[in-house]
Amino acid sequence: MPTRESPPSWPSDNPNGPIVNSFTKLENHPPEQDLALTANVKGRVNKQVNSVVVKFAGDSGDGMQLAGSLFTETTAIKGNAIATFPDFPSEIRAPQGTVAGVSGYQIHFGASGVHSPGDAPDVLVAMNPAALKANLQQLKPACTILCDKDSFAKRDWEKAGFDSNPLEGDLLADYQVVPAPITTLTKGAVAGLGLDNKAADRCKNAFTLGMVFWLFSEPLDQSIKFFRQKFKKTPEIGEANVLAIKAGYNYALTMEVIKATYTVLPASKAPGVYRNITGNQATAWGFLAAAAKVGKDLFLGSYPITPATDIMQELAKHKWAGAKVFQAEDEIAGITSAIGAAFAGNVAITTTSGPGMALKTEAIGLAVMAELPLVIVNVQRGGPSTGLPTKTEQSDLLQAIWGRNGESPLVVLSASTPSDCFDWAFEATRIAVEHMTPVVLLTESYIANGAEPWKVKTLEQMPEIQAGQLPPTDGSWKPYDRDCHSLARKWVPAGSPGLQHRIGGLEKDQFSGCVSHNPNNHEAMVAIRRDKVDRVADRLPDQKVKGKNASKLLVVGWGGQFGILFGAVSELQQEGYDIAITHFNYIHPLPKNTASIFARFQKILVCELNNGQLAKYLRATFPQFNFQQYNKVQGQPFKVSELKNAFVQQLQEA
Amino acid sequence: MEAIQTAALKPRDYASDQEVKWCPGCGDYAVHSAVQKAFADLALKKDQVAIISGIGCSSRFPYYMDTYGFHTIHGRAAAVATGVKLANPSLSVWVMTGDGDALAIGGNHFIHAQRRNIDMNMVLFNNEIYGLTKGQHSPTTAKGKVLKSSPLGTIENTFSVGELCLGAGGQFYARVPDTDVKLMAQVMTEAYRHKGFAMIEVLQNCVIFNDKTHAQITGKESRALNQLVLEHGKPMIFGANSEKGIRLNGLELEVITLGQGGMGINDVLVHDATNKSNILHTMLVQMRLPEFPVALGVIRRAQSSVFDQDFLAQSEAQKSNTPFKGLNDLFHSGNTFQIN
Repeated sequence: MPTRESPPSWPSDNPNGPIVNSFTKLENHPPEQDLALTANVKGRVNKQVNSVVVKFAGDSGDGMQLAGSLFTETTAIKGNAIATFPDFPSEIRAPQGTVAGVSGYQIHFGASGVHSPGDAPDVLVAMNPAALKANLQQLKPACTILCDKDSFAKRDWEKAGFDSNPLEGDLLADYQVVPAPITTLTKGAVAGLGLDNKAADRCKNAFTLGMVFWLFSEPLDQSIKFFRQKFKKTPEIGEANVLAIKAGYNYALTMEVIKATYTVLPASKAPGVYRNITGNQATAWGFLAAAAKVGKDLFLGSYPITPATDIMQELAKHKWAGAKVFQAEDEIAGITSAIGAAFAGNVAITTTSGPGMALKTEAIGLAVMAELPLVIVNVQRGGPSTGLPTKTEQSDLLQAIWGRNGESPLVVLSASTPSDCFDWAFEATRIAVEHMTPVVLLTESYIANGAEPWKVKTLEQMPEIQAGQLPPTDGSWKPYDRDCHSLARKWVPAGSPGLQHRIGGLEKDQFSGCVSHNPNNHEAMVAIRRDKVDRVADRLPDQKVKGKNASKLLVVGWGGQFGILFGAVSELQQEGYDIAITHFNYIHPLPKNTASIFARFQKILVCELNNGQLAKYLRATFPQFNFQQYNKVQGQPFKVSELKNAFVQQLQEA
Repeated sequence: MEAIQTAALKPRDYASDQEVKWCPGCGDYAVHSAVQKAFADLALKKDQVAIISGIGCSSRFPYYMDTYGFHTIHGRAAAVATGVKLANPSLSVWVMTGDGDALAIGGNHFIHAQRRNIDMNMVLFNNEIYGLTKGQHSPTTAKGKVLKSSPLGTIENTFSVGELCLGAGGQFYARVPDTDVKLMAQVMTEAYRHKGFAMIEVLQNCVIFNDKTHAQITGKESRALNQLVLEHGKPMIFGANSEKGIRLNGLELEVITLGQGGMGINDVLVHDATNKSNILHTMLVQMRLPEFPVALGVIRRAQSSVFDQDFLAQSEAQKSNTPFKGLNDLFHSGNTFQIN
């Protein structure tokens, strides 16, 4: 049984992944459709649906991220499969009422078929005209639009770039528009508490959330609990939010303009304990688990950077568990302190995003040369330079594989989904420690901020990580002595009795470990460092394909776009197309059976959020195959529909 | 490499078996001797010492010591050392660096190490030049100096190591010439015993690219009048016959001659290295030739909160307060839900 509805729930022989994944079975997902239509007492229709996409959109300060995540929490607890997509501007309070300042949180939840946050919402919450404008191009037919009528004054819709009030013309004729005086009603609901105008106004998101909960027959208790807990020190604010969410719920209940409500059944998941988890939280916890398995403290040296900061903030809470979190003075100190910690025997990691990765480059080379275990997490965002700090992209792949001076090989892995960041953080640590090499783990904004239910793992379920034994202290050991199979040198933490030694960035003699500028020795050491990384592949699981009998089109993906790619391919397979997918998490080195997979297909289409970086890498590695590309560089994830169109086109041309 | 150390060691026992490759006559040899002497005086265990360096002539230091050593990248030694100390707080951590390494490319790590007051020792070999790249001006090169990268003379103002250290919140600052191995070793011993970041500036001579840059301070003829070797609790006197002293006149320091103008030993300032306020320490650091002698020895040695101790204390406090028995508890905490 799958541990979750969304990926990586590979077919029977999966787990597309590290040793830690449990094997899963392919389910036959019924196509998304209305399961039942029943009229309710008030003449309204209650639609039982398989899955629904809801988007909360408003000003950056409107609390849309909070509303979205509270809604997610409730649906997750109910047992829905979920996939979320927070999408917000990089400014903390972007200009109010403008399209550029719109903050959105999209959630796709349902009983099955939830592989992605969904292409377009069934229900849009638009707190102002700008939020409406920003989403107008991507609404499903008959989409329900809940909006705050109070924020549709002339100056509001003018600011958003409308020529007239969009609620009055026939612009929205195809949709179910529910204009509610949310601001007025919210203020009325909390009037008894004596809050100032601003504080009362800030409860609008709770009111709106109440309306959405009613729309989906979802309970309020989880959110009420949250508000009371969150505002424990300012109980009047907590109570105001509770009043507002209840008022929103009751208002929707009595408001005849809402024509239909929905019931979304829970997913059929493997029995067990679940929790909702974001990619960044899962990454942090994966490292905690890995360090516990190694039996050493975890050291994180890091510097705040969007969208990676949450990993540091999560780990900073867990000093009790031996997590040493050092917020350094810059990105370089972040990684170099981690390298120092690795030298002194901690499980060492550093977390960053593209610009920080660029700054860490020289230090990564040092870790390659010193052959110390280190994990570098790059939560990718749009680049180059500062680029799109809050948007998703996969354009740091070649930087990770090759972006250093000298012949400087290391291991590159990527995570697929929010929850499997746990497994890949664990696997990155395992490889770093067992092979004495830096490992780059690539995640991306899309899965780092996205959330999904995670079937909670325990330490006992995780494999062991072998940090190796200390060498003898009789003087026979040399720092660059190697394991004859893996070529890993021994990890001898500074302070180990009787084993003092020197390492550094200068080339070392392959036997004595002393500084050497000997030409032949350098060439030999370059080869050893390459072979050491290549031999990581000796112990990796085979790369998997979904679509055993397919031969026409192979879709190739990597990283956090897995769910969307998997969803698109699955749907086409159900429609009878000759299509398969293979998705890479081990990127350097590649799994050993990779070429044999490519050889089976007439066409190979590499899909990624960049200009073709994996494709370039695959062409360089496997010049015998012809790799087509499907690329998108908009700071946005793929959409299932655009992928399906592209795949069908490829199949028709084949 | 040898068996676990049990007996007391002589200074030379701390040297590694590697051939030392500094230029003949380089001041670095004296620092190497002083470190060995200090380690022997302190009876340090070789496997409990980590020497971390960046890039430059001075940064080859770790290879020449039979301790744990890490020759890292340019400017970053203090940051690497911070990770070493936090990972294993029982280690005695020493950073070996130069004026270019610590103050130019590594300036950021330098000031933040001072600010945090992490318990380690930094020895900054200040030869006022880039030696390993063959003679370019560094942040401490005297203004106007004609060098390969400044053929018309440098137009850059200089950093004062001591002022930078104290300005960044440094609690321990010592200055020593490379000509005085005994004083160097003594200062290193004090640095080791000091809890917090200990900064030792060595006025070091580069015989090839900046020879005699500190000669006025270290020269045999001039040193008696040009050096004020400070000792905590002792009056600030100097001169061949201890005839000179430093007096505080209003808000200014001044040099007095004992027995002249009615001035006597009671007018001379007594050095208090431990004063929390660094105002007087800064004034001592700022004394420059020719009006003043150059202050040497431990100029400041004040107590303040120590980063690695507080770092550990937080962890220990949280360990005794946490509701979690282990990671499994954490993973199952909060909003979990059961699917049957």
